[in-house]
Amino acid sequence: MATQLEVPPGAVTTQPPGRKDKPRNKPGGWKLAIKRDWRLYTLVLLPLAYFAIFRYLPMAGNVIAFRQFQPGGSIFGEKWVGLKYVTLFINDPSFWQAFQNTIILGVLTLLFCFPMPIIFALMLNELRSQKFKKFVQTVAYLPHFMSVVIIAGMILQNFSMTGTVNQIASTVFGSTVNFTQDAAWFRPMYISSEVWQTMGWGAILYLAALTRVDESLYEAARIDGANRWQQTWHVTLPAIRPTIITLLILNIGTFMAVGFEKILLIYNPLNYQTSDVISTYLYRVGLESSNFSYAAAIGMFESVIGLTLILSANAISKRLAGTSLW
Amino acid sequence: MVKGATVKETTVKETAVQKPTADTGVLVKDMKVSRSMRVFRVANLVFLLVVVFLTMYPFLNILAQSFSSEGFINAGQVNLFPLGFNTQTYQLILADSVFWRNYGNTVLYTVVATAISMVLTTSFAYAIAKKDLKGRSVFIGIAVFTMFFNGGLIPNYVLITSLGMRDTLWAVVLPNAISVFNLLIMKSFFENMPRELEEAAAIDGLTQYGVLFKVVLPLSKAIVATMVLFYAVANWNSWFQAFLYLDNPDLFPVTIYLRNMIAGVTTAGSAGGTAENVGQIAANIQSVTIVLTIIPILCVYPFVQKYFFSGVMLGSVKE
Repeated sequence: MATQLEVPPGAVTTQPPGRKDKPRNKPGGWKLAIKRDWRLYTLVLLPLAYFAIFRYLPMAGNVIAFRQFQPGGSIFGEKWVGLKYVTLFINDPSFWQAFQNTIILGVLTLLFCFPMPIIFALMLNELRSQKFKKFVQTVAYLPHFMSVVIIAGMILQNFSMTGTVNQIASTVFGSTVNFTQDAAWFRPMYISSEVWQTMGWGAILYLAALTRVDESLYEAARIDGANRWQQTWHVTLPAIRPTIITLLILNIGTFMAVGFEKILLIYNPLNYQTSDVISTYLYRVGLESSNFSYAAAIGMFESVIGLTLILSANAISKRLAGTSLW
Repeated sequence: MVKGATVKETTVKETAVQKPTADTGVLVKDMKVSRSMRVFRVANLVFLLVVVFLTMYPFLNILAQSFSSEGFINAGQVNLFPLGFNTQTYQLILADSVFWRNYGNTVLYTVVATAISMVLTTSFAYAIAKKDLKGRSVFIGIAVFTMFFNGGLIPNYVLITSLGMRDTLWAVVLPNAISVFNLLIMKSFFENMPRELEEAAAIDGLTQYGVLFKVVLPLSKAIVATMVLFYAVANWNSWFQAFLYLDNPDLFPVTIYLRNMIAGVTTAGSAGGTAENVGQIAANIQSVTIVLTIIPILCVYPFVQKYFFSGVMLGSVKE
């Protein structure tokens, strides 16, 4: 579901043709369904309970954004207060600072972290030695499997006063910069670490799509006199276009959720001016200062924007490119 | 599905073999293209080598620091190789009982959380993979919707707290038990299983439980292994749930031990050190803890990479 790639017929599906359109019974008749499949229904009970408790109950819990909440009281709050908390954050300059930072970091992430895996995949695809390709892939995927705490530790060490980046800076420019504390350097630090972390693994779906490009298309292009660059432009890129669009939609959908855990680990009060994003702000407001309702109002605003973004990205791509998530 | 996977592998191999031959054909035909092509190839190779180096560098740097002495680290001289080689910090950390307790907690949480996740994910995926199960699309919808909309930090926090899960293992292992992404991968695997197999088993008198346990699961070892690795790695690496809900240091996973070190809340846990040298050896101690936390991941990495790749491929198959 998350990613829809075209697969050559017969490559994966082993279901005999004509089988799947033949349900055993007609729609209707829950009694019959339960009688026949009660064992299957018992299998879904626990997972459904999980979704109800840990996913849907918190969604309903967002109602505290409009209600007064007392720690230790009902999770749905005590009494209605209307839009009190919404007006509160709309008039809160710190919120708008965080909002602006979120947008800027989101745009920068999209600008730098989205295209890199495509370029990386295309370059890997040009390699002729399969062994070397495998080696590059193995190394490049590694950061993906590291805990964000480890990544944060690495970032802070590499950008520390005695870290590698400053070693280079002092050799080349003769001066050092306090990268981890200087608000002006937060964005470059964040984005470069993000590219480092996501480029390799991000290429994996493109590489998967590239292995499925029909070889005869290249042959036809060559016969037409297309050089390697033209082949890439006219054959390879169109072939992985659905993958690109799908991943673009997903990226836009998570636009608002810019690396919350990572920022929480590497930011500090000295660079809040550029590093504080909506999610970290609401974390501080809610959990460090215990303004639950206020933070819930901000959180709901964030989720609604996220949902709107993914729905519109999906609709636009459906209309313009004919590719969509659902 | 087993058959399908073989077919796919061969296709991949064939492309891999065919490509160079096709390229050589072009090279022979057109020498001019071949020269610029060669320049491109070299540039490409250099670029990828740079990528490899830059990706590996932070790891090597951490490793070098972990074996270096504080003097060289503080002078900003350590990069690729250890300077003033010593294993003192390793001895310090390995002698720290808090580190071991937290490391043990990580193992415990990973095992319990992965077991719970597997039971929930497998049973749900198996049921919703049945195309004629009534209510199936509702079940799928319930799961998929949570991918795009979630309750958010505060309501989750309020819920877990009011359920009395604070400072218990459950706060760490339950809230993220089902990953919908994993669920969908598993669902598409079960959907691609030949139906005859299950029908034959049913005719032999097996119930739906029997079919699942005696026929389907034994044939699904690859996907089960993939999922176990998916969940185990995620659980090993997770820190935020523990950070939110655990106050008792005896319950912390090792990621929190490391996080507190990075945040400067503690240096080296209860490990020795006078006030002056605590600050000095911080970078060194962090590096050692990072290395010790990464080791298990590196040990399973070859399997992870192999299975993750096929897992992502499976997930990408359009239904």
